Amino acid sequence: MKKTWPLWEVFVRSKNGLEHRHFGSLRAADAEMALENARDVYTRRMEGVSIWVVESKNITASNPENNGELFEPAQDKVYRHPTFYKLPDELKHM
Amino acid sequence: MDNLYNYILTIADNCLILGQRLGELCGHGPSLETDIAVTNISLDLIGQTRSYYQYAAEIEGKGRTEDDIAFLRLEKEYKNCLLVEQPNEHFGYVIGRQYLWDTYHYLFLSELQGSADEILAAIAKKAIKEVSYHKRFSGDWVKRLGDGTNESRGKMQEAICDLWPYVDELFDMTGVGTDLIENRVAVDLSALKEAYYEQVFELLSEATLDVPERKYFIYGGKKGVHSEHLGYLLTDLQYMQRAYPNMEW
Repeated sequence: MKKTWPLWEVFVRSKNGLEHRHFGSLRAADAEMALENARDVYTRRMEGVSIWVVESKNITASNPENNGELFEPAQDKVYRHPTFYKLPDELKHM
Repeated sequence: MDNLYNYILTIADNCLILGQRLGELCGHGPSLETDIAVTNISLDLIGQTRSYYQYAAEIEGKGRTEDDIAFLRLEKEYKNCLLVEQPNEHFGYVIGRQYLWDTYHYLFLSELQGSADEILAAIAKKAIKEVSYHKRFSGDWVKRLGDGTNESRGKMQEAICDLWPYVDELFDMTGVGTDLIENRVAVDLSALKEAYYEQVFELLSEATLDVPERKYFIYGGKKGVHSEHLGYLLTDLQYMQRAYPNMEW
């Protein structure tokens, strides 16, 4: 039997209207325990209004060795950024 | 007013002593996650203690502070029940003690919210949200350990059996003046008993644990007659104020 619980990734929505952000990871025996642990470990200073947990093994990550082909081609294509628009001051979180 | 002062201590001392017990686990919990969880509960309880003691100090009117009440009483002047002072032994005891306490605490605060004393009612309203979570945490763990491996089930059962003799004292009305009951300030503890045992039996059976058959219960904490464990706990708790009177940091 394995001595450690599976690893979980924790996503917290810090207030309504904002997206869930990755806060960190923790260990838990199942999803229910992962939620409770996330509440205790990551929201004890009023950081959140909603929590998602997902077992880390379910995340498929890109391989850093492929960064060249994946990301560098975008570097010289500044026209894909909407930088030519003026953002109104009232617009936050962009 | 003496009766009200004493009554507040019979409530608050439980929170202080259990908070201190759980605080002992800070940095020593079985895993990072459970370590933080039990110390969060500890801090909730100490926070509740502060509200009660501040109110008690005001009622007493002798210029004492919450810290005087927390740190400068003798062992026999603490009115907590025996259950909360029992040592941590192993995680099964921590969880068993917590669950047996939380179930009572939740029922108690549900009633205290309707107290004729507005301040006690307000403290109860704030605290019950915290305690609702404590109860879920400890109840989940009793089920996990009870309905877990042979080893975890054995340890959980051992803890429940060893702690069981202290359970009935929760409903003992020692320290509750009759005027407080008549004025609807204090909670009638005997009225909580049936719901308490019903909930505990149900959870124990869900956790595949046996309900201890013991019919003999131990009382005394509420009268200030404590088990040998409280003295050691108070030595830790009071050390700073005894060694360096009026120290602040």
